[in-house]
Amino acid sequence: MKRAAVFAMLVVAAGTAAAQNNDAAFLSQKDAAHVTGEQLFTHICQGCHMPDAKGAVGAGHYPALAANAKLASAAYPIVMVMNGRGGMPAFSMILNDQQAADVVNYVRTHFGNHYTDAVTAEQVKAFRPPAPKPEDAR
Amino acid sequence: MYQAMANLGFAAESTYRRPPPLQGTGKGSVLVLGAGLAGLVAAYELGKAGYKVQVLEYNTRAGGRNWTLRGGDEYTELGGHKQTCQFDKGLYFNPGPWRIPYHHTGVLDYCHQFGVQLESFVQVNHNAYMHSPDYAGGKPMRQRELVADWHGGIAELLAKASGKGALDDMATKEDREILLESLRQFGGLDNQFRYVMGSASSEHRGYAKEPGGGPDGKPGFSKPVGISEILNSRLWKQLGMSSLYEYQTTLMQPVGGMDAIGKAFVRELGPQAITYNSKVTAIAQDDHGVTVTYEDTTRPGQAKQAKADWCVCTIPLSILSQIPIQVSAEKAAAISAVPYMSSAKVGLQFKRRFWETDERIYGGISTTDLPIGMIGYPTHGIGSAKGVLLGAYAFFMEAYEFTALDPATRVAKAVEYGAQLHPQYKKEFENGISVAWHRVPSTLGCFGWWTDEAREKHYANLCSLDGRIVLAGEHASYLPAWQEGAILSSLAAIGQLHRKAVAGGKA
Repeated sequence: MKRAAVFAMLVVAAGTAAAQNNDAAFLSQKDAAHVTGEQLFTHICQGCHMPDAKGAVGAGHYPALAANAKLASAAYPIVMVMNGRGGMPAFSMILNDQQAADVVNYVRTHFGNHYTDAVTAEQVKAFRPPAPKPEDAR
Repeated sequence: MYQAMANLGFAAESTYRRPPPLQGTGKGSVLVLGAGLAGLVAAYELGKAGYKVQVLEYNTRAGGRNWTLRGGDEYTELGGHKQTCQFDKGLYFNPGPWRIPYHHTGVLDYCHQFGVQLESFVQVNHNAYMHSPDYAGGKPMRQRELVADWHGGIAELLAKASGKGALDDMATKEDREILLESLRQFGGLDNQFRYVMGSASSEHRGYAKEPGGGPDGKPGFSKPVGISEILNSRLWKQLGMSSLYEYQTTLMQPVGGMDAIGKAFVRELGPQAITYNSKVTAIAQDDHGVTVTYEDTTRPGQAKQAKADWCVCTIPLSILSQIPIQVSAEKAAAISAVPYMSSAKVGLQFKRRFWETDERIYGGISTTDLPIGMIGYPTHGIGSAKGVLLGAYAFFMEAYEFTALDPATRVAKAVEYGAQLHPQYKKEFENGISVAWHRVPSTLGCFGWWTDEAREKHYANLCSLDGRIVLAGEHASYLPAWQEGAILSSLAAIGQLHRKAVAGGKA
């Protein structure tokens, strides 16, 4: 099942020479260990929450992360990132604990958010759900 | 990505049989929410059974994910980027579904009923490429050669193992002899059961010099790639999809674009059936009927109401999970339990069909480990001047990344990466358009992403008739993402609704 391998790609800095390129638009396997919270935001989160983190509205909406009071408690974005909710997928399979902490910290200190209590990988770990078994694992 | 997508379909034959008309005459009214294929099927069948049907649709068009983009079409995604399709007349691109397996009999049956003309869709093309930037310096391999060398190498290994007695306690002597004979056929082995350069292998993998006519007509055999190199290339992973049930020959496509199906339903329903630009904001029900609150998106801020005896709701769960809906706690939980898979497609117009003239690729799909995932070649228009390729079809991580780019950059990236398989891209590219499904305002995602646990816990609750409301759509099927899933779920939903309605609302 390729997806697990692909998701593991970010989590594990696989030692193969899978480097696609040095393209800033796509994270490369060899760089997985160096991916920053900001990069995770610009490569994943902004697809829905938008580059300015202000969200978007169509037939439904994507909530703004900018100046979002719900981010006051770090547990809230951690749970959302790890478990997903509604239309938002869980990212526990893509991100390791440190990466989840990094992206949460990035969002909580940018876009008009000024929360100084940075979360640690250790804190994220407590929220990691058991690995789900998507149907495409068959 | 390709392999991952390969595993998304489920190898269960469609349970569709041309349904008898709904038994008994329907009385009363039905509100159908959403004019994708599920909604259109419900509206059409319930209307035929005698119900008064009104359809509310968010978009300015019907069809939902059954959608085709042509020159002049405008599309504005979430975030505000507006694209105007620049394709030449006659060229098109299906950003959603683009192929119909022969066993998706629900889709095919409606096509036949409504006179939607179908043509063959080439899925597997032995002359298309398998590509990895990490193998052979990024030189793509023809699918034909990869399959031949993979099968040939495996067959030779197995023949050797049998020769060394490794199978003696697993198969009888007679069976081992037949096995050898079949391995020779399966793998293109020579009469010594070796996979080597020669007529047997070239008959599978093709020739270095094609057989011709006249004095110089003698063919030149091609040289197989050894099994160790093939295994380590990992290119064989890209072969997984085309052998799966959903992708086996024959597949079909409507002539002129997939949206011919949605348009045929609209024609059958008549012009008054669908109210466009309708954004549903609340769904309520009581013992007597259903009340849906919605907004005319061209006149925002004014709440409107529509009432009916029953409701078939086909709104994607990514959106429905945000709308207040009066259903049981179990159904509400089910509605919120299914996140949506991401995918992104890019359509690219080229000024000449170099894949045909230069590389003899007529339809089918090349696959790659690059972020674009694959390149799809049009089966239609072979031999004509220009063509539109599917320049990227990304899932999972690469889909998130494509989605996070602006549309122009997605197109530029598809051209940049595609050029690694086809250097002609750089010179021949004219224009392109991209659709990232999490930025499609009417769906907020590509399709419902179920897990085994979620199915176990929520699927039955999602599909059950709840008072006067029933849900339908690919998300309420075991054929996620497929149009067939939308149709089968809709037929199941209206069957439940109709049985309860003819029983006087008590069932």
